[in-house]
Amino acid sequence: MNLSVGPAPAEPEHVSTIGGSTRFVPGQSNDQITIVNGKVQLGQRLKDLWRNRELLVLLTRTELKVKYKNSVLGYLWSMLNPALVLAIYYVVFKIITKNGQPNFAIWLFAGLLVWNLFNGAAMGATGVVVGKASIVKKVAFPRELLALSVVGVAMVMFAIQVVVLVAALLLFGITPDFTFVTLLPLALVTLVVFTGAVSIFLSAVNVYLRDTQHLTEVLLMAWFWGTPIVYSFGQISGQLAKYPSLLWMKYVYLCNPVTPIVMTFQRAIYGQTQYTYMGNVTHVLPNWGVGTYAELDGVVLAVSVVLFLLALVVFGRLEGNFAEEL
Amino acid sequence: MAVAIEVTDISKQFRLYSEKHTSLKERVIHGGKMPFTPFWALRDVNVEINQGETFGILGRNGCGKSTLLKCVAGILKPTTGEIRVRGSLAAMLELGAGFQPDLSGRDNIYLNGSLLGLSRAEIEKRFDDIVAFAELEEFIDNQVKFYSSGMYVRLGFAVAVNVEPDVLLVDEVLAVGDAAFQRKCMDHVKKFQREGRTIVVVSHGTDTIRQNCERVMVMNHGRVITVDEPGEGIRVYLADLLGVGTLEGSESGGVEGNVFAIGTVTAEHGGNGARTHMYPGESLTVTADLDSLAAVPSAMATIAIHDDRNELVFASDPDDPACQMEIPLGGGVVRFFFPEVPLLDGTYSVSVGVRSANPAETAIFDWKDQVTRFEVANPGRATGRIRLPLDVSFRLRSTGHTGEVPAVGAEFAPLAGWEESAS
Repeated sequence: MNLSVGPAPAEPEHVSTIGGSTRFVPGQSNDQITIVNGKVQLGQRLKDLWRNRELLVLLTRTELKVKYKNSVLGYLWSMLNPALVLAIYYVVFKIITKNGQPNFAIWLFAGLLVWNLFNGAAMGATGVVVGKASIVKKVAFPRELLALSVVGVAMVMFAIQVVVLVAALLLFGITPDFTFVTLLPLALVTLVVFTGAVSIFLSAVNVYLRDTQHLTEVLLMAWFWGTPIVYSFGQISGQLAKYPSLLWMKYVYLCNPVTPIVMTFQRAIYGQTQYTYMGNVTHVLPNWGVGTYAELDGVVLAVSVVLFLLALVVFGRLEGNFAEEL
Repeated sequence: MAVAIEVTDISKQFRLYSEKHTSLKERVIHGGKMPFTPFWALRDVNVEINQGETFGILGRNGCGKSTLLKCVAGILKPTTGEIRVRGSLAAMLELGAGFQPDLSGRDNIYLNGSLLGLSRAEIEKRFDDIVAFAELEEFIDNQVKFYSSGMYVRLGFAVAVNVEPDVLLVDEVLAVGDAAFQRKCMDHVKKFQREGRTIVVVSHGTDTIRQNCERVMVMNHGRVITVDEPGEGIRVYLADLLGVGTLEGSESGGVEGNVFAIGTVTAEHGGNGARTHMYPGESLTVTADLDSLAAVPSAMATIAIHDDRNELVFASDPDDPACQMEIPLGGGVVRFFFPEVPLLDGTYSVSVGVRSANPAETAIFDWKDQVTRFEVANPGRATGRIRLPLDVSFRLRSTGHTGEVPAVGAEFAPLAGWEESAS
């Protein structure tokens, strides 16, 4: 071969070994070498995600634009579904079965706020890589960003719902428990990391098993009812308290990572742990202090971070063949 | 000169499934078994592409050239091996560049630019150039799904080149758009070359490769056949891969119970004997061995040359007295001599015949269709079929003061002196 051999180029400091994908990042210098091979390196993946954060924002905005056409009515329309869900549960549990919980709408809202973010992102992310096949097959970029952009969209929806919630709180004159409101940032971060992990995992698996989408729908429905949103954690532990031998099941129940997050939101926003209805005292939330809630959320956060890294590894393994599978 | 792209031992295996199960349900039903045939789209590919070089990849459909490009672009993960790319890279693969049909052209420019690694500010700076290049000023706020395919491709190319990557990968897209746009693309490619950027072009159009590339890699069945300068690379591609080098069995015709037969026919070029192929402009000698059981007082030898698409390139003039000859009993050897063959690339076949020279008589004594072959490889950059003799000169419009630039407003003299300056 006719190769000109120049002076051996000094090995640049920023050699990036990339699993499965070349990442050409903003501001990449002329001398930077990108390596494409079959290896997956987690550290590089995280670095690439961070360096492409601007792209993540753009992808999220693109997604919002496509979905809601950047119009106020579009966003209002997107609130229709959560509003309807809330209305149904309210009618069924408050009016038909008369559970007697005061401000039940706010209770529901606090839990659904969390659930809508998780559910919306997980459902959306499942189909996102397949849906964006035209991009995935033509351009190399960290494809995890597609899944994360769906999480971004869910976070925007979350923000809109928070505005509605605050308005509702002011309207009904309900005071949240501000000691616990300080926990909300931690709970939200935990929720986003966990949701991100699930979304990244599902988006990759669905490329290979296209019925993941339907499976996810069913599983998420079961998951929803396994989380104390419509009913309360207090009711579960109250029922279990009748059977001391089954008390350990409380901890099994708490293994659902969404549960502590939902409970933190409920504790902060709903503000009370028990109510009296027709002479009976019902405990809806355990009477733990801020520290206990923080500890629980902290454990879930730690688990979520591990899951997130695992999801990235799995995604990296599967990503290499995306372009062929789509 | 540094190496821009270093491809080391790259192999890529695809799995060909007779039946592909893309759902969990099917996987469970079939017990997770999915029989497949391994197919190696790339096999042990090693190549180094230098910085500032325009590098062509030639090969038939399915030879792995697009797969290699996708691996370099990072879209496909190679099964084994490693590719190192120095600097930023943009790829134009197939048609379009991954647009979102629901977004406007404007939004797609931002999205695509970001995917190629530009920041928002950088895209804003280049936005007008991109739109102007794509000639889409009127339609930039329309959704891309309403674009024509030409508009789609123009936008894709405009984004890819305006990203100003250090390495540009182009897959057969130079052949799209109308003539004016193609010219614009070529101008841009030339500009890239001047700026010292690396360009990798995948094509099966030998003309594009010859005119633009400094080196070419020929691939077949996922393997590298050769890496060479374009003239030689194209010759190998045409001869070895397109299969034009094989004769489809020569037919012969003639009168039943013939007394006359054409034997061995050979073609030899006048260039260096070690070469199997000739260069344009060299001489060619075709000799045909004749056996005759009778003396033929007025025979006429004819020769015809066909190209690899079986189109007639040349047939000898039947009225040419040089073709007429007297053949004695026992026969002899006919020699056809072309002092200069101005053909450019390709493999050409030679047909030889002998017929009666008497215009009233149309008897064909014997003919051999496409009996032998010669190959022309063009080491230069001229493209087309024929190397026409060409002379180019320049003169100033005003005459009499050769070499002097006329003053502004100076009167233009009539076109005298043209004959002298154009030798």
